[in-house]
Amino acid sequence: MHRYEMICIGAGPAGLAAAVEAAKNGVQVAVFDENDRPGGQLFKQIHKFFGSREHRAKERGYNIGQSFLDEAQELGVAVSLNSTVLGIYENGVVNVMIQDRIEQVTAQKTLIATGASENMIPFPGWTLPGVIGAGAAQTMAHIHGVRPGAEILMVGSGNVGLIVSYQMMQAGCHIGAIIDAAPKIGGYAVHAAKIARVGVPFFMSHTIKAARGKDCVEGATIVQVDKSWQPIAGTEKEFEADTICIAVGLNPMTQLAQMAKCQMVYIPVLGGNIPAHDLNQETSIKNIYVAGDISGIEEASTAVIEGRIAGLAIAHSLGYLDDQSFKDQHKRQLKSMQGLRSGSHGEARGKAKVYLNAVMKG
Amino acid sequence: MRIKEHPILGNFDKGAEVRFTFDGQTMAGFENEPISMALRSNRVLIHRYTAKRNEPRGVFCAIGRCTDCIMIVNGQPNIRTCVEPLKAGMIIETQKGKGPVQKTE
Repeated sequence: MHRYEMICIGAGPAGLAAAVEAAKNGVQVAVFDENDRPGGQLFKQIHKFFGSREHRAKERGYNIGQSFLDEAQELGVAVSLNSTVLGIYENGVVNVMIQDRIEQVTAQKTLIATGASENMIPFPGWTLPGVIGAGAAQTMAHIHGVRPGAEILMVGSGNVGLIVSYQMMQAGCHIGAIIDAAPKIGGYAVHAAKIARVGVPFFMSHTIKAARGKDCVEGATIVQVDKSWQPIAGTEKEFEADTICIAVGLNPMTQLAQMAKCQMVYIPVLGGNIPAHDLNQETSIKNIYVAGDISGIEEASTAVIEGRIAGLAIAHSLGYLDDQSFKDQHKRQLKSMQGLRSGSHGEARGKAKVYLNAVMKG
Repeated sequence: MRIKEHPILGNFDKGAEVRFTFDGQTMAGFENEPISMALRSNRVLIHRYTAKRNEPRGVFCAIGRCTDCIMIVNGQPNIRTCVEPLKAGMIIETQKGKGPVQKTE
């Protein structure tokens, strides 16, 4: 059985940042990721990020991803790909399936940085080929260079819906409309404006009633909803589309944390059930840490900082970092985080995080 | 369906072109791209039919999570085509229900 000081589950922004920070201080780290390439969803983000320079603003996601990979490689952090962690057991035992083989490994510290999966809304016809997640559209266009379809209807006007709509136009698709059951656009105005400028119509207070088509999507019917989200008869509109893209939020992938019996707290603004964690990202189960979207849906930039905090805390706890330098660096990261957890979108999530931390204190 | 030139990403370096068959029909794709991407480029969207209601299914999540895109690859059923790399000469078939039962020796 392989023994590590630290195991990191997930090689996305949070996992890589944690591995880099821990390795920098001398911790022996193993990173497992189920995908055939590292970086999580960062390599699918071709837009420039927001924030300040310290948060890598104005840089495109895939460039940020690449620099993390370079840094990890320089530090000798091994990322084991095609490696799905199947379970977490007592005393730091982790089962991981590498290719077709199952291995058991142990670690003094385990970081779960599994990210999130996309929410879905069911409607008649939602299983037809041509109904896809917004993430699928990004994967097809940005990683594999294949257009998901020619004519897209986007369901959801949050930042993912807005950004992916724009990106699909860059990929050569036509966006028929963006619809959202909410009365107001969910994402940033700057993203919405870019799409509105090229004439894409927004249908607010509209939901999808059905996808049309025999074997594949051929069109969609949308319908207006009233204040209590009920469809208003007679307000149906028809769209021709070969692709219906669903961008209605994300939920944290907490299966491993639940398996480890971490205390869970339901916080809608963070995406659902979240493992409670303290300011070191440690959960209610000693030696198990969480960072990134699993600890509450936020942004790639916040995931990176959470990852760094977890990496530092683990290095400190294992004795690689003295009290004072940990305290200083921890403080610096928290301060950097404060900037990201302010403003119209960040503040509510910041408050929810404070609540989660309070839960840990009892 | 292939993006020839992307305004941000430029050209996609897809490597070697290989041939495979889909339900007996010869098609071209790029080696090591997901099978589903080669199929989509050939305008194939239906990957399987469900066991109970015989409904068509295709790619949904594209990252190996939802298993909606499973097909029979080289005789083996339930292969997630959105993550399985394409190889030259692969025999890819539409899956009906749970696919053919495999006997273990």
